[in-house]
Amino acid sequence: MSNQAATLELHALSCERDGRLLFDKLEQRIDSGTALRVHGANGSGKTTLLKIVAGLRSEFEGSVLWRGQRTSAFGQRFRSELFFLGHCVGIKAALTPRENLQWWLSLQSSGSQASAIADGHSVEQALIQFGLGGMLDTPCTRLSAGQQRRAALARLCLARQALWVLDEPATAVDAEGIGLLERLCEAHLQRGGLLLLTTHQQLQINGLREIELSVPTADLRR
Amino acid sequence: MANWQWFHRLGSPKWLLGKLDRWTPWLLFAGLLLFGAASVWGLAFVPPDYKQGNSFRIIYIHVPFAVVSLAAYYAMAIAGAVGLIWRMKVADMAMRSIAPVGAAFTALALVTGAIWGKPTWGAYWVWQDARLTSMLVLFFLYMGVLALYDAYRERSSGSRAAALVALVGTVNVPIIYKSVDWWSSLHQPASIKFTEASTIDAQMLQPLLLAIVGCYLLFAALVIAQLRVQIVLGENRSQWLGDHAVNRTA
Amino acid sequence: MNAPVKARGPLLAILQRDLRVYSRGRSAWLNPLLFALLGITLFTLGLGPDRERVAADAAAVIWVVVLLGMMMSLDGLFKEDYVDGSLEQLLLMAGPVYFAVFGKVFAHWLVSAVPLVLASPLFALMLGVPLEHIPLLAFSLLIGSGILSFLGAVGAAVTVSLQSSGLLIALLILPLYVPVIIYGASLLQAAVEGWPYLAPLLMLCGLLSAVIVLAPLAIGVALKISLDS
Repeated sequence: MSNQAATLELHALSCERDGRLLFDKLEQRIDSGTALRVHGANGSGKTTLLKIVAGLRSEFEGSVLWRGQRTSAFGQRFRSELFFLGHCVGIKAALTPRENLQWWLSLQSSGSQASAIADGHSVEQALIQFGLGGMLDTPCTRLSAGQQRRAALARLCLARQALWVLDEPATAVDAEGIGLLERLCEAHLQRGGLLLLTTHQQLQINGLREIELSVPTADLRR
Repeated sequence: MANWQWFHRLGSPKWLLGKLDRWTPWLLFAGLLLFGAASVWGLAFVPPDYKQGNSFRIIYIHVPFAVVSLAAYYAMAIAGAVGLIWRMKVADMAMRSIAPVGAAFTALALVTGAIWGKPTWGAYWVWQDARLTSMLVLFFLYMGVLALYDAYRERSSGSRAAALVALVGTVNVPIIYKSVDWWSSLHQPASIKFTEASTIDAQMLQPLLLAIVGCYLLFAALVIAQLRVQIVLGENRSQWLGDHAVNRTA
Repeated sequence: MNAPVKARGPLLAILQRDLRVYSRGRSAWLNPLLFALLGITLFTLGLGPDRERVAADAAAVIWVVVLLGMMMSLDGLFKEDYVDGSLEQLLLMAGPVYFAVFGKVFAHWLVSAVPLVLASPLFALMLGVPLEHIPLLAFSLLIGSGILSFLGAVGAAVTVSLQSSGLLIALLILPLYVPVIIYGASLLQAAVEGWPYLAPLLMLCGLLSAVIVLAPLAIGVALKISLDS
């Protein structure tokens, strides 16, 4: 069943929140090597959509299919193929960028490629690439918001999961960081990966499709 | 598949609300009738106890409420588990309906227990009684579930969190009872147990059983009344609910 | 520094990270300890200067204070991870959530409960518990605090997404703590009075093993629910 090509399909996906329909019967399909950017105003349900795909939200109707199977049926197998970067990136303020990245790596399953290629050297390389070479061992409390964000984005250098789901990865990152982000995403797509992301700004990524979610206005309650 | 028909139908708020509208008055009537008859029987016709005199007669109120409030906790947890595992909306609504009624019944059992304690033990509250003390803990468990409902902004998450807490509580209720029982035996080995079935005379027992059945029916009627409210709250956007209201007033 | 990252299990990874985070500040181990000392002081002042009366209530005082201290520190067990997003990463990792949760609770227990156990001889001296019963007190606290940690973590997981969780967690968890305080406190009382105390001790051990197996399941479910809102 898992031999089926890597595709992510959203079928008749509907979600309502606080009596408002965020999206209704959404149909989308992301194939291997392609990317989808979701945009829309604040409160249009972008984050909710990404959380549904990642399996963090369960209140929705319709189905999310990964390799032709419901993601909930895949369970751990799906999670091992998913790289998720949420709104809160999961950087511990008390730890250094190096420790944060190593911790993230050690959470990845031992069999996955992510940890196979990762040694102390590549962890350092990833952080240096994101301009944190001078503060590898500085606690993240002393880093700026943008630098903390970069420490989280450094995971992208090591992530070899097939599906990337990124929620506002470009927030608080400067133009150079965004360029790096674009290059990493393109490399991921060239490896045959899938990408689903939300950003407010335009990203220069080949093969990027866009959909817009609109803010629900009508209250369904009578 | 035919056997599961009823389960699916039970999961349909629309079908259920139609049935509940018809059941409620009957259940309420039967419950009041049985409970009232048992009370009259117990208060007026059963001979006084040789040890406690007339004060024992409060068992016809106290014991039914105590029995039902414990059973209600388990019913609540089972409804919660069904809602948690099968994502059945009606089960969540049932749990929300049972919780306040169960808490109220527990409070009544506590108050009547304390009133009974005064002539029997000379004090309103005696910690040695494992049953009453466990009842108090049960009351706290109910209040925890109710507080969780209030705390969660989102209805569905609140239901699931409360269901989980109720399930953890059910595992704990017997342990709590056993520990309090052991603790009271440590301090007062010969604790008096009035309500044990073996020591109770058949003459006293018959109205008690009747009162318990009546109390269950009353409980069911109150829960169903709550459940109708919960269905309306949960389905307030559905088309069928508007039609239902129109049909009822027509 | 450049040693390769070994593929450790999630349990060890989380245990190591949490211990490292706790080691960078002292509030995690110091605050429960100070709370317990303050609590004992207040209890004793409330009970009056009668030494015998204080000694008679010592078991109850120590257990209540330890229990409250543990409960209050548990409020923060998942909070920081929830706020900074690590909790999402934790639940989305490929391995089973069970061991990750176990690692987190175990790390918290090591940091918050073990100092309390180590300080228990001091509590005992403050309250006039006979010296020969101190090892028993410490051992029962060691077992009992494990139960408190794992049970309390369920409450912490259920309330982690809520804004004011402090009192709610107390309301949810304190009723479940009833057996622990009953067995824990009467254990010491029995020992002081010269009665057998094996039964409550075994009960505590039994409860601990049950809670270690079952609680991480409930905590995992609770965390999923909390992230889902």
